[in-house]
Amino acid sequence: MSEFLDILALSVKSLVSQSAVFFALMGVGLNLHFGYTGLLNFGQIAFALLGGYGVAISVSMWGLPLMVGVLVGVIASLVLALLLGLPTLRLRADYLAIVTIAAAEILRLVFRSTPATPVTGATRGLSGFGDGFYALAPFETQRTYDFLGSTWTGREIWACLVGWALVTLFSLLIWQLMRSPWGRVLKAIREDEDAVRSLGKNVYSYKMQSLILGGVIAGFGGMILVLATGSANPDQFQNANTFLAYAALILGGTARVLGPVVGSMILWFIIAFSDAGLAALIRNGLIPDEILSAPDVANIRFILVGSGLMILLVFRPQGILGDRREIVLDAH
Amino acid sequence: MRARTPGLWAARILVVALSGFAVSLGLAMATQAPASAEGEIIRVTLATSLSGPIEGVEITVTDDSGDEVAQGETDDTGRFEADLPGPGQYTVEINADDLPEGVTAAATERVVTVAEGAVQRPAFALSDGSTGQGGGAGRIPQLLVEGLRFGLLIAICAVGLSLIFGTTGLTNFAHGELVAIGAIVAWFLNVSAGVPLIAATAIAMVVGGFVGWLNDVALWGPLRRRGSGLVAMLVISIGLSLALRYLLNIIFGGRSQPFADYRGQRANDYGPISLTDKDLFSIAISLVVLVLVALMLQRTKIGKAMRAVADNRDLSAASGINVDRVIRFVWIVGGALAALGGVLFGLSDEVSWDMGFKLLLLMFAGITLGGLGTAYGALLGSIIVGVFVQLSTLVIADELKYVGGLLLLIVILVVRPQGLLGSRARVG
Repeated sequence: MSEFLDILALSVKSLVSQSAVFFALMGVGLNLHFGYTGLLNFGQIAFALLGGYGVAISVSMWGLPLMVGVLVGVIASLVLALLLGLPTLRLRADYLAIVTIAAAEILRLVFRSTPATPVTGATRGLSGFGDGFYALAPFETQRTYDFLGSTWTGREIWACLVGWALVTLFSLLIWQLMRSPWGRVLKAIREDEDAVRSLGKNVYSYKMQSLILGGVIAGFGGMILVLATGSANPDQFQNANTFLAYAALILGGTARVLGPVVGSMILWFIIAFSDAGLAALIRNGLIPDEILSAPDVANIRFILVGSGLMILLVFRPQGILGDRREIVLDAH
Repeated sequence: MRARTPGLWAARILVVALSGFAVSLGLAMATQAPASAEGEIIRVTLATSLSGPIEGVEITVTDDSGDEVAQGETDDTGRFEADLPGPGQYTVEINADDLPEGVTAAATERVVTVAEGAVQRPAFALSDGSTGQGGGAGRIPQLLVEGLRFGLLIAICAVGLSLIFGTTGLTNFAHGELVAIGAIVAWFLNVSAGVPLIAATAIAMVVGGFVGWLNDVALWGPLRRRGSGLVAMLVISIGLSLALRYLLNIIFGGRSQPFADYRGQRANDYGPISLTDKDLFSIAISLVVLVLVALMLQRTKIGKAMRAVADNRDLSAASGINVDRVIRFVWIVGGALAALGGVLFGLSDEVSWDMGFKLLLLMFAGITLGGLGTAYGALLGSIIVGVFVQLSTLVIADELKYVGGLLLLIVILVVRPQGLLGSRARVG
């Protein structure tokens, strides 16, 4: 029983932990792309990678202050959005999907390659860039705190506080934007691009603005991730993470301001619960080693997410909060 | 607009990062020796395939405060060994001036972290010029043939992907997993059950065809009948790909493994190129299979029906073609071919759980280059991508060669989104 309570406490912590923050930020960006504009961005993780490495490289390799690093990260995500958008936003939806997924894989492979070592630290990544960030905390970050039934380091709390502040800020921004004429044009593009074009709106430019804003939000997600974990490693930015963010978004409800936030929290609760639960079952011999061994548990989450994504799309594409009429299901 | 692709951006990082480094093949690796239980040791072995072991190269080991810990020269087996005062971070430097004529080192310094009681073997990438790095024209015929082999195997995998796109409109992100399933089935039959690889491949193709059939019967067929949108199907295929890929990781394990048969073959020389027998057979098998596929598409009734459905689904349905039956057949053929492609890839690059995803993006590159949805376009595009990937190792590091293929994909979409053989109408 006490073991069960531990697992539960761990899962509750995951509701608000750095992973939930990271995927909430990725999801808020994706929501703007996929939910409101109908863009199929399958390379969201690339924006996060550039945001995270923007901070990491600026601070630990170039010795710049943290705030300049944040600026570098934002500019890098912005430039990536421009580069990806310019050629593909005029083409059919699935071209953007293929190009973005390819770009995400290219960036990860380049960042982890040996020739890139002097800049990115290759597979070992970068670390030791977080001091400036933790110096900003108004409380002691070196000690641990008990909170929500589990132990937190001061650094974790600070990273999560800043992260949730960003999530709130961007969610408010999206909420306001979607009530503005600008947001209504985006939704109209999602529903019928040609109709919007016939009204004299520059569809291409609106799509580009959406891609940039959503990408920069994901860039902030990447920054929070590397600051919270204390290291920037290319394998934190696996392609599969984009689809975890999609799962969070679709679970919560696409085209709803709070959809990605709620979805990310629930997703991480489920993932932490299944991870810790399976590990406990294996430890106690309830699942024999031949069927599933401890190192395999980390892979189970992707199987859960993958099957969950399929089931949601087939049976409840609007997720928890969404409205079925607002979901993009067809390419245009 | 043309010049501003993310590719160029990535290439720019690459160029910066590449300075001071170069592609090199003659990897100087330490020979296997049992780790001694007591002190910490650094062991360096310098050798290349042409020069053999390299004697008399001065090596200096310094600790992290810059103090010299050990110094010496490699012996007649090219070896140098230093006992260390304790675990920690050390810098090993070789004196490049001592290297024989024609041998160059990509880097003369390696920083290694030595754990307690460990033997650390820093590897210096030495090149003896036999592989003509940089603009070495001598390597081009060899790379062309290797590229042809690689391109043909991408083509075998991609024909199904392209035909499925053509007949159903589905961009199937789970196609890579069909490739991996084929290779892994063959691996288990070959390594665990001892079935000869050729028989194992035949069985894997049957299994692959079955998995393709199952895909259509259990998932895509019903979704089509429900009238699911293309974006919904795309995301569903991503979910399927993710679930299958990590399931394969659990079943097969995270490491890549070779087949039991045809291991360690020596390359035979054919004029300017050298090929192992398995590479040669891989090319031959791919060519025969692709010609058979082309004949099927061109001559048989079902092949003609496939092309008709890919061209215009409603019109073919109206002229009495059973569209659902044709699509099911496409899935079976696609699955079997993907399995064969997987085995061929496993033969040259070892079998791994994520090989499907690696190949998937190159398949997309191939079929986009050739023209989405056209069978012959997929063939032509894949071969070009394969050759391009291999030739790109002339200028970029070997580990980045797939990046070249992906960059090509992005460039094609900028320059000619409908591909070489596609029609403008499909771009939409």
